[in-house]
Amino acid sequence: MDASNYLYISALLFTIGAVGVVVRRNAIVVFMCIELMLNAANLTFVTFSRINGDLNGQVMAFFTMVVAACEVVVGLAIIVAIYRSRRSASVDDASLLKR
Amino acid sequence: MTTSTSLLYLIGLPFAGAAILILGGRRTDKWGHLLATALSASSFAVGVYHLFQMVNRPIEMRPTSQKLFEWISVGSFNVDAGLLLDQLSICFVLLITGVGTLIHIYSIAYMSEDRDRRRFFAYLNLFIAAMLLLVLGDSYLSLYVGWEGVGLASYLLIGFWNQKPAYATASKKAFVMNRVGDMGLSLAIMIAFATMGTVSFAGVAEHAHHTSEAALTAMGIMLLVAAAGKSAQFPLQAWLGDAMAGPTPVSALIHAATMVTAGVYLITRSNFVFDAAPTAQLLVVIVGAITLIFGALIGTAKDDIKKALAASTMSQIGYMILATGLGPIGYAFAIMHLITHGFFKAGMFLGAGSVMHGMNDEVNMRKYGALRHFMPITFITFGIGYLAILGVPPFAGFYSKDMIIEAAFNSGGTQAILLGSLTLIGAGITAFYMTRVMILTFAGTKRWDEGVEPHESPWLMWFPMAVLAVGSVTSGYLLYHNRALVFWLHPLFEDHGEHEELLKPIVVSALALTMVAIGVSIAIYKYLRENIETVAPDNVSWLTKFVRKDLMQDQFNEKFFMRPGQLLTKTLVTTEDVIIDGSVRGVARMAIGSGSGLRGLQNGFVRSYAALILVGALILIAAIWVVVS
Repeated sequence: MDASNYLYISALLFTIGAVGVVVRRNAIVVFMCIELMLNAANLTFVTFSRINGDLNGQVMAFFTMVVAACEVVVGLAIIVAIYRSRRSASVDDASLLKR
Repeated sequence: MTTSTSLLYLIGLPFAGAAILILGGRRTDKWGHLLATALSASSFAVGVYHLFQMVNRPIEMRPTSQKLFEWISVGSFNVDAGLLLDQLSICFVLLITGVGTLIHIYSIAYMSEDRDRRRFFAYLNLFIAAMLLLVLGDSYLSLYVGWEGVGLASYLLIGFWNQKPAYATASKKAFVMNRVGDMGLSLAIMIAFATMGTVSFAGVAEHAHHTSEAALTAMGIMLLVAAAGKSAQFPLQAWLGDAMAGPTPVSALIHAATMVTAGVYLITRSNFVFDAAPTAQLLVVIVGAITLIFGALIGTAKDDIKKALAASTMSQIGYMILATGLGPIGYAFAIMHLITHGFFKAGMFLGAGSVMHGMNDEVNMRKYGALRHFMPITFITFGIGYLAILGVPPFAGFYSKDMIIEAAFNSGGTQAILLGSLTLIGAGITAFYMTRVMILTFAGTKRWDEGVEPHESPWLMWFPMAVLAVGSVTSGYLLYHNRALVFWLHPLFEDHGEHEELLKPIVVSALALTMVAIGVSIAIYKYLRENIETVAPDNVSWLTKFVRKDLMQDQFNEKFFMRPGQLLTKTLVTTEDVIIDGSVRGVARMAIGSGSGLRGLQNGFVRSYAALILVGALILIAAIWVVVS
């Protein structure tokens, strides 16, 4: 099977994720879309690792997973804290930083 | 040259008085005036002590010096702060502290009604200290410190009653016009340093022989500018009349006897510069000659007694400056006239103050009249000063002024006759306006305002006047007798031998007395009559009107210096505003504009940030793609 198909699928996943981040308001969904983008990137790493025949890309994929896990922990905590104080998980409501 | 450690007391005592009275504040109100007077008197005592020490030493050992501290030491430029008391300085020291002490005594009574008498005495002491530093400094730089100090004291004292805006303006005017002169002095110091590498009197005197005449001329002209500013000489004379806004003792001490003669001191002290720069010396003579006529003319039209005396001061200092410009034959006579003038003019100013004291501070002579019956002591002391300034023998002015007229006639060349005639005419005009002052004030009929009850002043006031009157009688003969002052000052000046005698002294005296008699007769004819108006008449010739306006000196200054100055300032302000500030403001406005334009992007919505990042990333990728392919 041609390796470029994996690249196409990862590009598709990344695009879905990016569009989701931009258009959705719910913080949880935005978060899931970010995960989707990270995993799309992982897929490309692994694909290139396969194409090049070495393990560098696969190692990078593990790093990405660790980063994603940390990010989820911190990000979810923030979302829960915001939800508690504002009773809303909409990212548009948390727009106070511009002041 | 002798060294001494007690010269500093001369300056230190009055300076300590000023410091105590200023820092002590109201706590010293009760005894401040006594302390100030005592310190001034003790400074005089120190001066007298030094005079006796000096007389007892052989001539070459007479100058006394005291090194205070190393002032400036940069590379090859070394200035020590030191004091120098020589035959010339001692004359000034005794005049300043002697007349100064008398005026302190006078002021105790004159200012007794004033709430701020302590502050007045503090400034008087400050003035004495600064003036002593001026005459005792052994370099132009030390002199400069004293020079600025007396300027400050003069400013503070002219504006002593600064609650009246006109008085505050007068003090500002004096200060600003003095700055012009001070600029001249600082430039002279710079020229001395640049061409000779030293600023001490001894150093400059030594280098003057082998310095180019151009440099010396430039330095001489700058020194003349300085002298003109401080001594109210043409063309910087306009401030002296307004300076009469200060209390009368100030006019007597600062603006008649001492500070305004600092210019004469400066030129006499710098004789080595002027003797080697004939052009500068000629300018000195011209300035002196113009001012002596100028001041005398102004004096003829003044109704304010103090301003009439101020114009007379200007004119008399013109005589002194003229004498200094004549070179070695004139210096001693300038100093002699300076000392006698210090006595009789200070005495007359104190007399004027006494009259004002008795007349509810009225200064308009047209509202005086017949005061000789009511203020006999003031009349007599003022009258002695009057005879002295006229040059009637044997009063002081006769000796000193005749010597100057004689020196002018004997100065050689064609200019001698011109200068001599000018000094004679000046003497005639002086006789006219001083007689006018005498008649309007003491003779004629009463022209007082209602409710004015003239009375003789207390003894604290007439005592100093009496002492000065004695000085006005005797000082001239004492200094003239056996050429006492000439021989005393002789070691300081290089005399180039005998001078041709154009007119014999007796002829000069006769001519001068004739001029005086003419002046007095005209004044008596014009003013010794019954109907003198209390308001100056309007139907007078254009010449009188011209003189009444001080020969347009203020108008001239306004038209040729103030207006162009203002125009220049305005242009510079506009340039600064438009070009320099404009560009700075433009940069700021650009930053603010672009900032507020970009601020729209910072809307706080996470999604729009994300979208921007995405778009940015896409653009980046597109750019890389284009570049690579």
